[in-house]
Amino acid sequence: MMTRLVPVLTFVIVIIAVWYAAAVQLNANWAYDKAKRAGVELNFTDLVADTWSQEKPRLPAPHQVGAEIWQTTVEKKVTSKRSLIFHSWITMSATVLGFILGTALGCALAIGIVYSRVMDMSVMPWVIASQTIPILAIAPMIIVVLNAVGITGLLPKAMISMYLSFFPVVVGMVKGLRSPDAMQLDQMRTWNASRAQEFWHLRLPSSMPYFFTSMKIAMAASLVGAIVGELPTGAVAGLGARLLAGSYYGQTIQIWSALLMAAALAAILVGLIGALQRLTLKRMGLS
Amino acid sequence: MNVISAAGLNLTFQTNDGPVHALKDVDLEIGKGEFVSFIGPSGCGKTTFLRVIADLEKPTSGKVEVNGTTPEAARLDRAYGYVFQAAGLYPWRTVEGNVQLPLEIMGYSKAERAKRASRVLELVDLAEFGRKFPWQLSGGMQQRASIARALSFDAGLLLMDEPFGALDEIVRDHLNEQLLHLWSQTQKTICFVTHSIPEAVYLSTKIVVMSPRPGRITDVIENTLPPERPLDIRDSREFLEIAHRVRDGLRAGHAYDD
Repeated sequence: MMTRLVPVLTFVIVIIAVWYAAAVQLNANWAYDKAKRAGVELNFTDLVADTWSQEKPRLPAPHQVGAEIWQTTVEKKVTSKRSLIFHSWITMSATVLGFILGTALGCALAIGIVYSRVMDMSVMPWVIASQTIPILAIAPMIIVVLNAVGITGLLPKAMISMYLSFFPVVVGMVKGLRSPDAMQLDQMRTWNASRAQEFWHLRLPSSMPYFFTSMKIAMAASLVGAIVGELPTGAVAGLGARLLAGSYYGQTIQIWSALLMAAALAAILVGLIGALQRLTLKRMGLS
Repeated sequence: MNVISAAGLNLTFQTNDGPVHALKDVDLEIGKGEFVSFIGPSGCGKTTFLRVIADLEKPTSGKVEVNGTTPEAARLDRAYGYVFQAAGLYPWRTVEGNVQLPLEIMGYSKAERAKRASRVLELVDLAEFGRKFPWQLSGGMQQRASIARALSFDAGLLLMDEPFGALDEIVRDHLNEQLLHLWSQTQKTICFVTHSIPEAVYLSTKIVVMSPRPGRITDVIENTLPPERPLDIRDSREFLEIAHRVRDGLRAGHAYDD
C-alpha cells in the first residue's frame, strides 16, 4: 500500500504546485491591470493573494475549484439545478445507457465478424470509417434527427455515447473471440461440437480479458460522448451543459469544477469495471 | 474388423514453396485393441496421419476407414478421443469440469456426467483432484486429466499426439507405466505418436516407423514383448533388440542425413 501511495501522493503534490504557480503566472496581467487602475503598487504577496482569489480567473487556483465543488455538491440539495451531483447524475445515466448499448452493439458486430465471412470482409472498414468522423460534427445531427421523430431526453445522448463506445468493443472482441488457438478449436471439432457450443464453451470465456479491457476504453469514450451530446441540446442539464454555460459567461471556476467532476466520474466508472475485471478473471483463473 | 485401415493414402499440402508430400502411399491396418506407436523425425507425417484418422485433415487421395466408415462419419459418431501435445485444460473449469466438457457437449445428463467424470479420474489416479483448478496441478497431472477427458465418453479409439513430449523423463516414465495399465484395463485401441524410441518400444504392440520427404512408412515392427511390462524390461535383451530395429528403420529412411 505504502509503496503505491508515496509515488501517487508525490505526483499529486507536484501537480498542485505547478497548478498554483501557473495560476499566478496566468492571472498576473489582470491583477496588474486592477492595481494600475486603483493606482496602487503590487508587492509579491499581494500579487499571489490576488491571482489566487479572482472571480473570473484565466486559471482558477485549486482551492477555488475545491470550494466550488464543495458548495455545489455537499451544500446543495441534489435536486437543485445548481448541484453538480444532479448534473453528474444526468451525464452518468446517458453514459451508462450509451455504454450498455455500445457494448451490446460492439459484441454483436464482433460475433458477426468472427462467424460470418461476408461480415468479416465488409464490416470492419465501415466501423473504422465511422470513427474518423468528428463526433462534434455528427452529434447535433443525431440530436436533431431523433428530436424530429419524437425521441428526446436521455436516448439521443446515449446514442452518441454508443457511437463512440462500440468501436473499442468491436476491435477488442474480434481479437478476443479469435484468441483460442488452433489446437483448442481442433479439440472442439473432435467432439463434434456445434458452433454455438464452441462459442459458449470456448470462444466467449477466452475473450473475457479482451472484453474487460475494451469495456474500460468504451466507458471513457462513452462519457466523452455524453458530454458532447449535452452541448447541442441547449445546455439544459448535465456536465456538458455546465461546461457550455460556464464558457458562455466566462465562469472558469464552474468549468474547472465540471471538468474535475467529469474526471472523477470517469475514474469511478472505469474503476468499477476494473474491479469487476479483477474479480471475474481471478475466478476464471485467467489473471 | 480393423479399427483403422488405410490403403494408398496420399496427402499433399500446397504451400508457397510448392507442394509438400506429408503422406505418400501409406498402407496400414490397425486391429481392435492394438497399441500402435508412430515414430519418426519431424515432418515424417506421423501427426498428419493421426489427424487424417481424426478427420482434422482430408487426404488428397487413397482410402482410409475408421471403424469401417469414413473418418468424418467416425468423428460425427464421436468414435475417438484425441489427446493433444498440450493438455489444453480450460483454466475457468475445475479438473472435473474439464473432464465433463465433452460430455456436456454431447448432451449427457448431469448425473451421468458426474458418474463418468469420477470414474475416469479414478482411472488416471486423479480422484482427489476433481475440485482443483488446472493451475493447481503439475504438468504431468494436467496431461493425465486431459487423458481422462478423452476417455470420458468411452470411445473405443484413443489417438494420442505426443502427449508426454513436453514432460520430463521421470514423469514420463511414470505416465508410460500408467498408460499401459490403463490400456490393459480399458481394452481400447490406441494410436500413439512419439519421438522417443524407448517410449515406442515400451508401450506398443506394433511400431510404425516413418520417414520424411515424402512422409511414408518405412517399417512396421510387431512388438514381441510380453503384455506385462515392468519399467526395467527396458534393460532386457529383447527390448534392446527391438529398439535397435527401430533405430535401423529410422536410419534407413535417411532421417539423419539432413
